[in-house]
Amino acid sequence: MTLSPRFAAWFAARGWQPHPHQLDMLAKADAPALLLIAPTGGGKTLAGFLPTLTDLAEGGHAGLHTLYVSPLKALAADIRRNLTTPVEEMALPIRIEDRTGDTSATRKKRQRADPPHILLTTPESLALLTSYEDAPRMFAGLKRVIIDEIHALSESKRGDQLMLALSRLDAMAPGLRRVGLSATVENPAALASELARHPEPCEILHADPGPDPDIAMLVTEERPPWAGGGAKYAIPAVLREVKRHKTTLIFHNTRAQAEIFFHNLWLANDEDLPIGIHHGSLSREQRERVEGAMVAGQLRAIVCTGSLDLGIDWGDVDLVIQIGAPKNVKRLIQRIGRANHRYNAPSKALLVPANRFEIVECVAALEAARDHDLDGDPKGPGPRDVLCQHILIRACAGPFDATELYREVKTVGAYAGISRAGYDDCLDFCATGGYALRAYDKWQRLKQTNGLWHLRDPRASQRIRMNLGTIQDTDTLKVRLRGRGKPLGEVEESFAATLTQGDTFLIGGEVVRYEGLRELTVEVSRRADKQPKIATFMGTKFATSTQLSQRILRMFRQSSWPELPGHTAGWLALQRRVSKLPEADRILVETFPHDGRNHLCAYGFAGRNAQATLGLLLTQRMEEQGLHPMGFVATDYATLVWGLDLVTDPAPLFAPDALREDFERWLGGNAVMKRTFRASATIAGLIERNTPAARKTGRQATFSSDILYDTLTRYDPDHLLLRITREEALRGLVDFGRIEEMLARTAGAIDHAPLDRVTPLAAPLFLEPGRVPVQASGAQRLMEEEAARLMAAAGLD
Amino acid sequence: MNAYFVTLLDQALRALPSGALHWPAQRLLCVSDLHLGKSDRIARRDGRMLPPYETQATLARLDADIAALDPAHVVCLGDSFDDLAGEASLDEGERLWITRLQAGRDWTWIEGNHDPGPLTLGGAHRAELRIETLVFRHIAQEGATGEVSGHYHPKCRLRGTGGGRPAFLMDAHRLILPAYGTYTGGLACTDPALQRLLADPALAILTGPRAVPVPLPRP
Repeated sequence: MTLSPRFAAWFAARGWQPHPHQLDMLAKADAPALLLIAPTGGGKTLAGFLPTLTDLAEGGHAGLHTLYVSPLKALAADIRRNLTTPVEEMALPIRIEDRTGDTSATRKKRQRADPPHILLTTPESLALLTSYEDAPRMFAGLKRVIIDEIHALSESKRGDQLMLALSRLDAMAPGLRRVGLSATVENPAALASELARHPEPCEILHADPGPDPDIAMLVTEERPPWAGGGAKYAIPAVLREVKRHKTTLIFHNTRAQAEIFFHNLWLANDEDLPIGIHHGSLSREQRERVEGAMVAGQLRAIVCTGSLDLGIDWGDVDLVIQIGAPKNVKRLIQRIGRANHRYNAPSKALLVPANRFEIVECVAALEAARDHDLDGDPKGPGPRDVLCQHILIRACAGPFDATELYREVKTVGAYAGISRAGYDDCLDFCATGGYALRAYDKWQRLKQTNGLWHLRDPRASQRIRMNLGTIQDTDTLKVRLRGRGKPLGEVEESFAATLTQGDTFLIGGEVVRYEGLRELTVEVSRRADKQPKIATFMGTKFATSTQLSQRILRMFRQSSWPELPGHTAGWLALQRRVSKLPEADRILVETFPHDGRNHLCAYGFAGRNAQATLGLLLTQRMEEQGLHPMGFVATDYATLVWGLDLVTDPAPLFAPDALREDFERWLGGNAVMKRTFRASATIAGLIERNTPAARKTGRQATFSSDILYDTLTRYDPDHLLLRITREEALRGLVDFGRIEEMLARTAGAIDHAPLDRVTPLAAPLFLEPGRVPVQASGAQRLMEEEAARLMAAAGLD
Repeated sequence: MNAYFVTLLDQALRALPSGALHWPAQRLLCVSDLHLGKSDRIARRDGRMLPPYETQATLARLDADIAALDPAHVVCLGDSFDDLAGEASLDEGERLWITRLQAGRDWTWIEGNHDPGPLTLGGAHRAELRIETLVFRHIAQEGATGEVSGHYHPKCRLRGTGGGRPAFLMDAHRLILPAYGTYTGGLACTDPALQRLLADPALAILTGPRAVPVPLPRP
């Protein structure tokens, strides 16, 4: 396929030259799978659609021709507007529509009966479409599927669900061609093999990446603080940069930090520059207002989070500021791509370290970016909770043959390695619940008749469709006032997990007191009169990547650090003099007294989540050895434990086998496991988020998923869902994988440095929020004390 | 066993940490809202197949209470089965287990709103049961006195209890039992339905490792 005269004329009329990769996409239009890697602003979307528009320009195609899938509803609407321009200007006989959760029911119904030529949708809406019995008719003539921002989808279960849906489409529309559009990624070949129909190959096209971005660290007169993540010190400098540029995006790693920074920026904004805030916890109306103002060029700066990471065209951004160390070089590069949408102009970006250690991290990230050394952890095999949901969706569409579906599933790269037994476990779970000791024979969900599996009760399909999707609300927790239902906003789950009762924190501009966690809601009460105890939120949801951590450890080997600001280089030199700098193949463990307590600081460089898990394991171990640990705090590079007794020989605490054994024991009763279970059980269809009619009865009919977890753990410990939960937790919040990486790297080798005072590298940990007290006595004692107090107060004792 | 002693119309009772009520003078053990067969009903109704171990888990706890106290009389205060078909969902082992628990003692099934009481298992069936000054029925009645009931699945939250714990609620005239069944949710004791049934001084007795009394929270 080549550029037809009609299209060439259109490009010329707009004064445009087609990009080479746009022509390449046309030339390779017949490839069964094609991955285009292009920077933002490279005409990526048009490149994806050119073969479709060319194909359809002659008219004569009835029904659906091309399906476009993107991670964001907003992106689908944005693309529809952008595509409509060439279609109208060239008067092409092409109908384009979008279909998302926001599309009206009548329109959706019409789309199934009379589909447009090009349908723009999301993975969830596509999965839903494949669940209808008439899906084969709708998709019969489908020629192409375009997956936009495939790098973003690939990072979550939404990508796995999408690829499973594509395997269904393949069966309904043989010869379907797949196109993936991606930003820069560390491993294009891995992404390509996810996209292709396994084991077929997938060609990769690289667009000209354009000039290297112009990235630097923002130098301020004021020194960054020793700890914390707010970067409040940099507000005047950031404001100066905003004034110097047309439109600035100010990225934060968490929503909470974005809120606080915005608040402070606003207080310092004496010229009343129009500045907006955009993050996922804001209501849709608020976000749309900011998006509209930004596209119209009315805003000088937007304080934002990952919600602006994806490729919506925001107009003329000429500066990106990243507050806090980027934690991950790939994300940094993708964010920087947001600046300067004009192709072939370098993007301009500034990094603002939030504290002293982040200066080291930022410098390491800058070097990695200059070296084009992107990071990313290899993905594990396709998650089986998503496969369970896929089987249920397949059952909604009508009876199916188990072997045929197994063959389809095996064409999905992530599931190519799944054994028949592994698949049968999922099918058995969907059909019978998969319980070892007590079978549902009468009330199975799926039954087999004449060799084909089908829903026992076809009406169940409504409930399955209502609960479709893999997006979980577990990354953030809603915050509500206790007793009243009024939601105040949301906080990160990792932040909520660090709170203990009585802690006060800032939300929506007011100080609240943490009362407790109820299911997935943080309950608080108002405290208008007090300063928040936790002024800054705990760090990021993301742990510093393995690659970046290793780069920092390599930096530590240098004899001096001319690339670091003097105060930071001096800090590292002092650490080397009084103790030593951590090394990659050993774990540095410092022990020292401070403020009447003994401290142990372990530099594992395993990332925040793994260091926190390490803290839980170490304190558990120390408690057993009678060392009376009292608490710990974790950062991306170290865990600091304090307690009554001095640890004289830390090596046994880090013995790999003992750590693993403790971990097994600890995992069972862990709250993280219960939350992970809840997410997987919801995806796999055991727990429903939505029911046809939320029942209102005098008493609450639902019970906590924790009860299901406890019951399974006790009566059916090998159940599929518990196995899935474990796999998930290991790579998620518990992140034992990184502890394993640390153990593999060091083989448990310890550098023990017994010292008489706090070391320079350990000092910032004393200022770190998110200190976790060790509750040996447990919640029961706390509760009984409270009850006794109340009884006494009521005169009932 | 870490029980809490209460007095209802001059009768000395023990609220057990398990959620059962013990009346030592009568050697009577009372449990409410077992909801046996709940997973079966959910599977039948909407296709979800929850871990079908709740009947086992509930009977195991009841077995432990009976073994510890050796009551002469066991009263199940209604909603013992999740619905009529719940009884049929018991497997042979569970049926025998109940029969074994019943051996050598009186057993009364009070009618609930979910079930009129099992038809194929032993034991007496009653709409309500009067012993001395107390009356045992499923749902609390307006103006009743000396009444022991269930139905509401009361729960109470306190610092350290997270989502709350099943709790006994009581005042001078009545005592409401928590649900004993494993798959049972709870109604917050601050709900108006419960609040208006109880006059001060009222107590909530939280279940758990120990039965812990607190003044009934008033919103």
